[in-house]
Amino acid sequence: MTHAYHVQRWTRRSIASTALIVALNLALLAGPLLLSANAVDHLTTLFVYVMLAITWNALAGYGGLVSVGQQLFFGFGAYGAIRLSQAGVPVYAALLLGGVSSAVLALIVSSFMLKLRAGEFAIGMWVLAALVQLLVSLDPIVQGATGTSLLALNSFAPAARRADTYWFGLLAMAGVALLLFLLLRSRLGAAVQAIRDNEEAARSVGVQVGRTKRIIFVLAALGAGMAGAVWLATSISFQPNTYFGVQWTAYMIFMTLVGGIGTFEGPILGAILFFAVEAGFGAQGVWYLIGIGAAAVGFALLLPQGIWGWVERRYALRLLPVGYMLNLRGGEAGRQRGFARRPSTKPPAASPASEPS
Amino acid sequence: MTKLLEATGLVKRYGALAVVNGVGFHVAANEAVGIVGPNGAGKTSLLNLLSGAVPVSEGRITLRGEEITGQDAAWRCRHGIGRSHQVPKPFGGMTVFENLLVAATQGGGFAQREAYDRAVDSLELCGMLAVANRPAETLGLLERKRLELARALATGPDLLLLDEIGGGLTDGEALELVEVILDLRRRGIAIVWIEHIVHILVKVVTRLVCMDAGRIIAEGEPQAVLKDPVVISAYLGSEEVPA
Repeated sequence: MTHAYHVQRWTRRSIASTALIVALNLALLAGPLLLSANAVDHLTTLFVYVMLAITWNALAGYGGLVSVGQQLFFGFGAYGAIRLSQAGVPVYAALLLGGVSSAVLALIVSSFMLKLRAGEFAIGMWVLAALVQLLVSLDPIVQGATGTSLLALNSFAPAARRADTYWFGLLAMAGVALLLFLLLRSRLGAAVQAIRDNEEAARSVGVQVGRTKRIIFVLAALGAGMAGAVWLATSISFQPNTYFGVQWTAYMIFMTLVGGIGTFEGPILGAILFFAVEAGFGAQGVWYLIGIGAAAVGFALLLPQGIWGWVERRYALRLLPVGYMLNLRGGEAGRQRGFARRPSTKPPAASPASEPS
Repeated sequence: MTKLLEATGLVKRYGALAVVNGVGFHVAANEAVGIVGPNGAGKTSLLNLLSGAVPVSEGRITLRGEEITGQDAAWRCRHGIGRSHQVPKPFGGMTVFENLLVAATQGGGFAQREAYDRAVDSLELCGMLAVANRPAETLGLLERKRLELARALATGPDLLLLDEIGGGLTDGEALELVEVILDLRRRGIAIVWIEHIVHILVKVVTRLVCMDAGRIIAEGEPQAVLKDPVVISAYLGSEEVPA
């Protein structure tokens, strides 16, 4: 007979923090009305970094698919936007659809790339990114390494373009984050993590491994593609060498490792830290890059769970919970990590009772 | 008795080596079958073929009379074949409860509320309620073995394939697992159990199969098989089986 129990997915703290995050996003909507042009540009950059970090973490931290070729989708999102804009699609619709085109590309390449394992997949993605970069360079519109521009954006006044791009970036970031959060809280999210931990065992408990991997792969590509489209909107110009450069994936890895791989909050923290470090030391050129690399190596060796991973383990703190906590009416399981049980309103444990939240 | 799972002419080759070589095997609904044999006899390979973890080289497998030879492990799980692994394979980054939820939702196809019920029921049956919220990577060997069993059970199987679930445990721990497995039998779940600890195996199974070099060399009532000279020569070395 089933124990009386309660499955807890939210705590008071996580409800409060989620409400705070939603409120912060709503407050950010007023950014262009209140902040300087420089601050608006900086925040738009931060939105791009957050998208890159959370989607790479979803792929590698939750899905176990470590890719060093996510610049493929970043660059293709921007390229798709240019192509669509040239075809007459209104420019911000073209940017949105440019991000979506990366997801479509991911769906196509997933049929063969997801057959690769571990290191093969990681390097294979890099090779694919280089290949697509070459193909894009052959496009007459792009003119090889010279590149092109999203000329349609020039029809906007600079202030209006800055504000529109900011809102586009904010909504893209919030949308991608919400999509990932809902995915990770769904039954699919648990299946993704099961594949990460042991693919053979996941298959043996009924997980459709190929389909599940494909979904997380496509979602990660959508996030990277949207980030590429927002970046294009901020800079207007497009050069294949820049947009398909491996440094984008290096940034993703840095932000995720430092923030906390496999946690939802960590990469967001990592993106903020990376943004701050870049703002403070970006002008140092090569030494800045050496410092970034050294910090990533240091974290991988000394604090592999990252800053938020450490906080989460030490204080059992989850602001955006994607897991499940079982609380028995008798309290046996709930006490394991010091989680408080809710007051029981059910009959004693003798009768089956469940109260999923 | 109605055959739940039947395999005929099963062969698994790796290059020139046939690790399973022309095996015919069946298990009826609510039956418990044990498989014994020396290391390298092909027991785990047979279980892998039955569970769909590896494809057959030759032969045919049916479930409730329908051919499933080409179906993969996930499909077979969703259609009632659960399994445990010889070396436990927990989802280490998830809690014990989350391990079972994956099995209940993906393998069992249960909706959320039923999946919670199923997971809690399986945890209780396997004596794991107290560790439900612990990360699976922190479990000891006995708890990992129990998790293997509980996770397979959460898929709602009609047939459980157990691969040396007692391996590495003390006698007392193994006997605890026997009680759990007997409880599963009382619930009508058919069991195929590979085990080297023969004296605990015979407490559960009603039929025993002995394999050697990829073939079945004896099959029948457990005590009769254990006294078969061919089995003694190939596997046991003596007639003494501890009670």
